Amino acid sequence: MENAALKSGEKPADILHKTSLHALHVSLGGKMVPFAGYDMPVQYDGMGVLKEHLHTRSAAGLFDVSHMGQAILTSQTTDPARALEKIVPGDIAGLSAGQMRYTVLLNDKGGIVDDLMVTRWDERTLYIVVNAACKDKDFAYIRSKIGHETELEYLGERALVALQGPKAEAALSALIPDAARLFFMTSFKTVYKGQQLFISRSGYTGEDGYEISLPAAFAETFTRELLANENVKLIGLGARDSLRLEAGLCLYGHDLDEETTPVEANLKWTIAKRRREEANFAGAAVILKQLADGTQRLRVGLRPDGKAPVREGAEIHLGGKKIGIVTSGGFGPTADAPVAMAYIDAAHAKNGTAVEAVVRGTPRPCAVAATPFIKQQYKKD
Amino acid sequence: MTQVLFSEDHEYIKIENGVGTVGITDFAQKALGDVVYVELPKIGSTVTKGGQAGVVESVKSASEIYSPVSGEITEVNQALADDPALVNSDPHGAAWFYKIKISDAGELSALKDEAGYKAFTDSL
Repeated sequence: MENAALKSGEKPADILHKTSLHALHVSLGGKMVPFAGYDMPVQYDGMGVLKEHLHTRSAAGLFDVSHMGQAILTSQTTDPARALEKIVPGDIAGLSAGQMRYTVLLNDKGGIVDDLMVTRWDERTLYIVVNAACKDKDFAYIRSKIGHETELEYLGERALVALQGPKAEAALSALIPDAARLFFMTSFKTVYKGQQLFISRSGYTGEDGYEISLPAAFAETFTRELLANENVKLIGLGARDSLRLEAGLCLYGHDLDEETTPVEANLKWTIAKRRREEANFAGAAVILKQLADGTQRLRVGLRPDGKAPVREGAEIHLGGKKIGIVTSGGFGPTADAPVAMAYIDAAHAKNGTAVEAVVRGTPRPCAVAATPFIKQQYKKD
Repeated sequence: MTQVLFSEDHEYIKIENGVGTVGITDFAQKALGDVVYVELPKIGSTVTKGGQAGVVESVKSASEIYSPVSGEITEVNQALADDPALVNSDPHGAAWFYKIKISDAGELSALKDEAGYKAFTDSL
């Protein structure tokens, strides 16, 4: 049989970056793989992707996401939100202290350079988290666009962990009681055992939960404290991917790229009303025209019939003609069925439309379907 | 007497009276992780040594099964379609994939015995 997991070790592990939790992953049975230039755990011995996925949905999963890019945007004289708004379509200026927002960095064609989280700390400071594989590109792009009054500072000495699932609140608030008071997409800074933490109620799984930024040197101590709770288990990148797919969340480089606009990506909700009126962000002309006229293609969810997973790269056909391509797909352990996302001709993007996905040469029936594939469990009130 | 041989593609074949029972090894199932879908060959079809004879999919990825020998498929294990996780729980027993009428017994000499396969996997 043919599988990358069965190949002898060719990975240049010595040139990969390691997060501050690397030794902990290895000691706890993490199966390490190269990802975005880092040596990261894809799963853990004794669990595996399926159990890790289900554990996160039923209890609490702890993810090392320290490879992601954390930075702050600051200004002595102005609101850095105004500078960032030149290259994102979201309402950043309107965020109040502690509020955060999902948005996209845009190029001049309206294509997505990356997707990111932006949090306002105060009138002069924003905190951003970008994708690991994009961080060098993003920071260079942001610096080239924000002007001289705003500075970007990379927080390279900080780790980032995500605690996700229905028992995340109990596990984190046992250490930091104020965490229980947060609502979805809000955050606060706190000092715990002399260390400054940035805690937000957010994540990438569709579950309630938190992301916690902390000094890299404190990451292992803090992670071990969380793992002392029997409901908390370390979860690898494999389950992180299946969890986000079921939650209908995009993966940059797969579901989003520089040739794809937020309108095509079905992320119209990220383009704020005020920003549409102002039309002063990169790619605004393209995006506003697409909002008015529609697009040729659109990101949709797909539910294949039967049990066979439909994966990235599979063509979508209708009446024997190619109408699109799968950008993410696999087996959803909680959905207990294959689930996928695809870009297809907008004319056929209505939920329930019967299409076919070509898997190993055989067309298999699928339905265009709403995402998320599971019920999101965010704590909104 | 039953003879068990192994391919470098991580299939095993148990041979009795000219009929081989093919599955994937314990080493392979551990590397793949949780199996969620199995595609079996058609009964009566012929496969060639090294040719594709099915697919096994985990949450993470899809892997093709390559037949360790040439021959005609005489039986497939429908239990795997209903319960793909058998591949993880009993790879060398209940989770056989197909039975094959071996067309060229000479091909068996290219396969490894248990000790040879273990030495091979230890080297990966």
